[in-house]
Amino acid sequence: MSAETVEKAIATKPAEALLSKRRKKLVSDPLVDENPITIQVLGICSALAVTTQMKPTLVMAISVIFVVVMSNLVISLMRNTIPSRVRIIVQLAVVATLVTLVSEVLKAFAYDMYKELSVFVGLIITNCIVMGRLEAFALGNKPYDSVLDGFGSALGYSWIILAVAFFRELLGSGAVFGLPVYESISSLFGPDFKLATNGLMVSPVGAFIILGLIIWVQRTKTGYVEH
Amino acid sequence: MQQSNTYIITFSVILTVVLGLLLSGTSQLLGPMQKEAIALDNKKQILGAVIPGEEIAAMTPQEVNEYYNNRIASVVVDINGKVVTEQNGVAVTAETVDIAKNYKKSADERLYPVYMFHSDGNPDDVANYVLPLYGAGLWDAIWGYISLDTDMNTVGGITLAHAGETPGLGARITEPGVQARYEGKTIFDESGDLVAIEMQKGEGKDYSDDPHSVDGMSGATITAKGVNNMLQNYLGYYKAYIENKKSSTAVAVL
Repeated sequence: MSAETVEKAIATKPAEALLSKRRKKLVSDPLVDENPITIQVLGICSALAVTTQMKPTLVMAISVIFVVVMSNLVISLMRNTIPSRVRIIVQLAVVATLVTLVSEVLKAFAYDMYKELSVFVGLIITNCIVMGRLEAFALGNKPYDSVLDGFGSALGYSWIILAVAFFRELLGSGAVFGLPVYESISSLFGPDFKLATNGLMVSPVGAFIILGLIIWVQRTKTGYVEH
Repeated sequence: MQQSNTYIITFSVILTVVLGLLLSGTSQLLGPMQKEAIALDNKKQILGAVIPGEEIAAMTPQEVNEYYNNRIASVVVDINGKVVTEQNGVAVTAETVDIAKNYKKSADERLYPVYMFHSDGNPDDVANYVLPLYGAGLWDAIWGYISLDTDMNTVGGITLAHAGETPGLGARITEPGVQARYEGKTIFDESGDLVAIEMQKGEGKDYSDDPHSVDGMSGATITAKGVNNMLQNYLGYYKAYIENKKSSTAVAVL
């Protein structure tokens, strides 16, 4: 036996495994059972607006993951020093700073994407998922747990908007990630055959329909009922 | 202790300073790259008025710069159509003229850049004249570039951009489908008066018989009005230059 293990044995409470069952649940719960979009119905606005194509949606998803994880980490690190009377303002300042950072980086390195996402990057500030996780989790939990919780929630948001974007781009523009899928399928059936795209899917209405269908399928499977 | 006013104020001040430094630092660090990105975007917009958007989208930034340098010549004029090469002792080039800043001055004090799209390596063989546009949409500034054929009447193409129009409504001015509606329209009527081109209210009507009207955008009438005003204003400011070119090409044809 090495000295290290002896020391561990002496410790009053053994350290929790890096990915214990409880921590895995922090990440996996928001994916389906506690999904921010389909169950908590948060962050709908951006889910409708940015999901006409996969590419901007992916950038949006990455931005949200970054903002949620980082703000959860920062707030959790400061949680014992934040005066409770101004905590909302403090959260807002941290979130706004992170969002501005994302927006500045996009402006410098992906200007086209910056133009396309326009106000929606800025609107991550008002995405209820961000503030919701800060209030509900990061203020009362340790940094590592908070990061996992934020990552889970943001991932839950991301996979839903990516799924919506997949169907909207496929049905609305006949493409996936800009690749013309419909064209290649049509060409298999001869020159006169052409798969028609659905214009409804390009408008925000299409997002409502797809999102509704996803929620329907999910609730049928999990048996979730609104209280 | 944590609830005392002094603590709250101190905490807020420190937080503000730290976040402020972080933001201004980032802005300083990324500033040059952002400027480059904006300049490149500007070139893309100018080119967008004369060549299809897909072609530009397929180019790398270097290719865009190269294409721009080979195919675009530029000149700066004043409200009377006279060429301006320096102002207050500082040399003036079209690329250094900030349209948005000039917009704040009165119309006859502004500088007006003109971009000429010419055949490869031959600046005298001009195919299109590209004129910048700037104005107000519903929420914020809108701008763009319009290209005129050598008759200085027929529109070759237009690019429009905006700072904060409503996505799905006014923001549709950036869509190729909307911009394509301007192609082939004319800005002068039969008697030679400048009437520009007017985007109409409502969408889905056919205006192919009317050379001065284009189909509107449903739900974005105010943005369309902004575009109309912008076109009317800026073509008006360039009128002296346009008339000038018109008469000189007429002479050349004779």
